[in-house]
Amino acid sequence: MVVDEGARTMSDLLDLVALFAKIGLVAVGGVIALIPEIQREVVSVHGWMDAHTFATLFTLAQAAPGPNLLLVTLIGWYRAGLAGALVATSALVMPPAILTYVLSSAWRRLRSAPWLDSVQTGMNSVTVGLIAAAGILLVRASAVSWVALSLSVATTIVLMRTKIHPLWLLAGGAVLGALGLV
Amino acid sequence: MAERIAPSTGIAMPSVREIFMGFFSIGINGFGGVMPFARMMLVEQRHWLSADEFLDALSMCQFVPGPNIVNLAVAVGGRFQGPLGSLAGMAGIMAAPMVIVIAAYTLLMQMAESPVVIGALRGMSAVAAGLVVALGVKLATPLLRKKDWLSLGFTLASVGAVGGLALPLLPTLAVLIPAAIAAQWWWMKGRAR
Repeated sequence: MVVDEGARTMSDLLDLVALFAKIGLVAVGGVIALIPEIQREVVSVHGWMDAHTFATLFTLAQAAPGPNLLLVTLIGWYRAGLAGALVATSALVMPPAILTYVLSSAWRRLRSAPWLDSVQTGMNSVTVGLIAAAGILLVRASAVSWVALSLSVATTIVLMRTKIHPLWLLAGGAVLGALGLV
Repeated sequence: MAERIAPSTGIAMPSVREIFMGFFSIGINGFGGVMPFARMMLVEQRHWLSADEFLDALSMCQFVPGPNIVNLAVAVGGRFQGPLGSLAGMAGIMAAPMVIVIAAYTLLMQMAESPVVIGALRGMSAVAAGLVVALGVKLATPLLRKKDWLSLGFTLASVGAVGGLALPLLPTLAVLIPAAIAAQWWWMKGRAR
């Protein structure tokens, strides 16, 4: 087991809360756009895991049903077990949730405001860059061989050209890997 | 609470329990993207929202920071049952996926030495990375098509800052987002004139 029961101290949990509450508040464009920042904090700043483990946790989160913020659940679990998983997930989700709750009654008025269009277009342009950066980082972390790199490239091309469900591609990758080809 | 309900779809107000169950069903169904399932459940199956209301709620959830689908659960739950409804929606959407992903992780780590498992994870990781690249390309394509150089400039700046230079996100966004919004505002004003 990777999770060391003794390491599940209060300070681990507080670290998780501080990190993910901060990240949740700047989560423009969903969790994928946050990957570079989460990786930077978890791998480079805190040294909780290496880039390869990070990529593996992301893969599992992506293969599971449900929202892709499961990456954060897994990081919490990896670091501090069940308490860590719950604490990290709640820390990420609560600040935006409160904001959503407050804003939802005012949204009808806000959405027709003349400045909203420039706000959305401006935020969108930055978000697209964050997602592209996430893609680059993940490819770098998972390109353990030329075959792995080609598999990433092939996935991108197939998704651009067809409407195939991503789960089939993940399954295909799993089979190729299990056969020792990647 | 009654005045906060738009009875546009003419259905009885869902209870806290129904909100939990509704989002629970989205959570377990949403393989590789929950939003299409969310729309199906909310608009077509249970008629909690009209199609327009769904789009409206979605645009707000994309505007607010945080995971879109969780924000949607908060907004929809809160609309019918206040804070308790919001919590029920959130718990509903997260419960099953959290249990599944932790179980899958634990199971895989039991077999972490197996070359088959290591290989399978390698292959899946390469595909998962490709999925994210494809998402980035898909989102950038409309900007390229429209020859929206202003937006593309900020896209490149954010790739460079976060992906290339590995700068921390918070200060980067504190500079880039206001700059991007101001530039768009200035540009749109110029064109309207």
